[in-house]
Amino acid sequence: MTNSQRKAMKKNLFIIGILCLLIVIVFMISMNTGFIRLSPLEVIQTLFGSGTEKQHLILFEFRLPRIIIAVLVGMGLAVSGCVLQGISQNALADPGILGINAGAGLAVMLFISFFSSTTAVPVFLLPILAFSGAGITAIIIYALSYKRNEGISPMRLILTGVAIAAGISSAMIVLTLRLSPDNYQFVANWLAGSIWGSNWKFVFSLLPWIVVLIPFIFSKARVLNVLNLGDLTATGLGASIEKERRVLLAAAVGLAGASVSISGGIGFVGLIGPHLARQLVGSRHQYVIPTAALTGGLLVLIADTIGRWILQPSEIPAGIVVAVIGAPYFLYLLSRIKD
Amino acid sequence: MSTPAEESAKIETLEEIKKHSHPLIAIVILFGGMTALLFAIGLSISFGAADIKLATVWTAVFNFNPESTSHQIIRDIRMPRVLGAAMVGSCFAVAGALMQGMTRNPLADSGLLGLNAGASFMLALCFAFFPGLPYMYLIMFSFLGAGLGVFIVYGVGSLSRGGLTPIRLVLAGAAVSALLGALSEGIALYFQIGQDLAFWYAGGVSGTKWINLQIMAPWIIVAMIGAVILSRSITLLSLGEEVAIGLGQKTKTIKLFGMIIVLVLAGTAVSVVGAVGFVGLIVPHFTRLLIGHDYRWIIPCSIVLGGLLVVLADLAARMINPPYETPIGALIALIGVPFFLYLARKGGKEL
Repeated sequence: MTNSQRKAMKKNLFIIGILCLLIVIVFMISMNTGFIRLSPLEVIQTLFGSGTEKQHLILFEFRLPRIIIAVLVGMGLAVSGCVLQGISQNALADPGILGINAGAGLAVMLFISFFSSTTAVPVFLLPILAFSGAGITAIIIYALSYKRNEGISPMRLILTGVAIAAGISSAMIVLTLRLSPDNYQFVANWLAGSIWGSNWKFVFSLLPWIVVLIPFIFSKARVLNVLNLGDLTATGLGASIEKERRVLLAAAVGLAGASVSISGGIGFVGLIGPHLARQLVGSRHQYVIPTAALTGGLLVLIADTIGRWILQPSEIPAGIVVAVIGAPYFLYLLSRIKD
Repeated sequence: MSTPAEESAKIETLEEIKKHSHPLIAIVILFGGMTALLFAIGLSISFGAADIKLATVWTAVFNFNPESTSHQIIRDIRMPRVLGAAMVGSCFAVAGALMQGMTRNPLADSGLLGLNAGASFMLALCFAFFPGLPYMYLIMFSFLGAGLGVFIVYGVGSLSRGGLTPIRLVLAGAAVSALLGALSEGIALYFQIGQDLAFWYAGGVSGTKWINLQIMAPWIIVAMIGAVILSRSITLLSLGEEVAIGLGQKTKTIKLFGMIIVLVLAGTAVSVVGAVGFVGLIVPHFTRLLIGHDYRWIIPCSIVLGGLLVVLADLAARMINPPYETPIGALIALIGVPFFLYLARKGGKEL
């Protein structure tokens, strides 16, 4: 390792440390937000087992699972975006724009509208359903934008994704109107990207996906670096591109699908997370992946906290807050990037 | 500046376009479409929860009897509805045709470019802050919103390095729609007008009343006449800005008037029917396919075929799952999405 590489590593580890610290700070603020406030001191006391019973209940049963879910969802979406941007060599790729979120959403919604009661939905089934929905959509988009002799053009991929997303949204509108008022309320909030499953069951249904897939993708960081160089160079360096690409795509779809099943349509995290990460730590995926995970987690946590804080005692879904921040950023990116 | 050789080449392209346009087919489409439209309107009026014969429809229109319930249903509920559908369809179709001609972008459509989302956003604001605002003002706000949406999309597009490419416009449109959609959703949740808005967004003409039509009609008629007057210039503009300037067109003025017409048309349509996409994409393409690139024919044909498409979609929306209405926005997307995919595939090189 050369001296400058060591320097870069030090700097990047420092940035990653700062991000972790920021998450802890927002966590404290988030704890202090809501109907009953918990000061940082009380939080620490309760965490170490010496708080009152009421504080214990609020912390462990209401706030903590929700905060963990917000962070996990953000991580899942951001890393998924990282992979999609890497394999399509398109800086504007993101599970939302490519229609994968919509596909996951549709699968979950179909399930809810046919098995009516939302309380009876087996929680562990949701990520699997969402994964199948996202997977089928991804395959359809991939197939529709594939042309013999030309392969996949990133532009066609995105246009196809936009169109499929529009079609799926229409299908979802049809389904929403047929729901009972109770289910409608649930689905409307879910579609708007609300962190709705705020108990431990949801944490445990999401956690395995994140814990397995993010390290797996991290282990492929070198492949992503190589893919970044362009197909020709990558083949020259001996990476079997198509195969690696498919495996990574499946992992990205899995992450996005599992995240969407819990959080609904939080768009733009997959776009912004990786971009911020690249601005902070450069383009090497060994650093980009963890940094993107942290920025994504931080972003959703902040959005969820803001959403809960603006309208107490009701709340604005995190997805709306993220879109309000994310869309202008996307437009800014769009005006900066060359084709 | 272009050389004389290039000039003559451009004039040749113009001749080429004239040669490839088919006025005869256009006239057939115009009259056939009109007949089909009238027939569809009659069918749509007679179809519904209360079964009414076409003959009764005829007498209700030309020999109205205020005592008859059927006549009242026809006059007060079904006629304004179907006329509203026809108007909305024509508006979206002509707006799309103008946008495609002016931007030379085959994917231009008021839904894809953020106009519909802008108008919807403004209407959500109206529902929230001025509930019960008279329809006249709703329309005005809808124009403003459409203007806002398109302003942001084009602003971003033209600020970009490399200018306004089709893909950039589509992406900017998607992002602006997402942003304005999220804001509308936030407003809806805050003011608890979600259910009102949801039904309205879903797109439907069921609530149209005579008074709405009376307010809409003057705007639409003026805008349509404007579109027809502009149509020759739009044809020239669709050959490229340089060609149009070379042929003595004031392109800036044409674009300005064209944009105003588009805003009025899309704004009015959204204020009636909600955010229905794809009509403006499909109809002009279909027309061009049949009659060539002369906008003097494309625009009148789009008026007729756009109306026909939405009247039929509305009819289908009521027939699929009675007594519930399937949102027509969704039905049109069912045709529109495959069509868009086809264009995206085919246009891979020219885009």
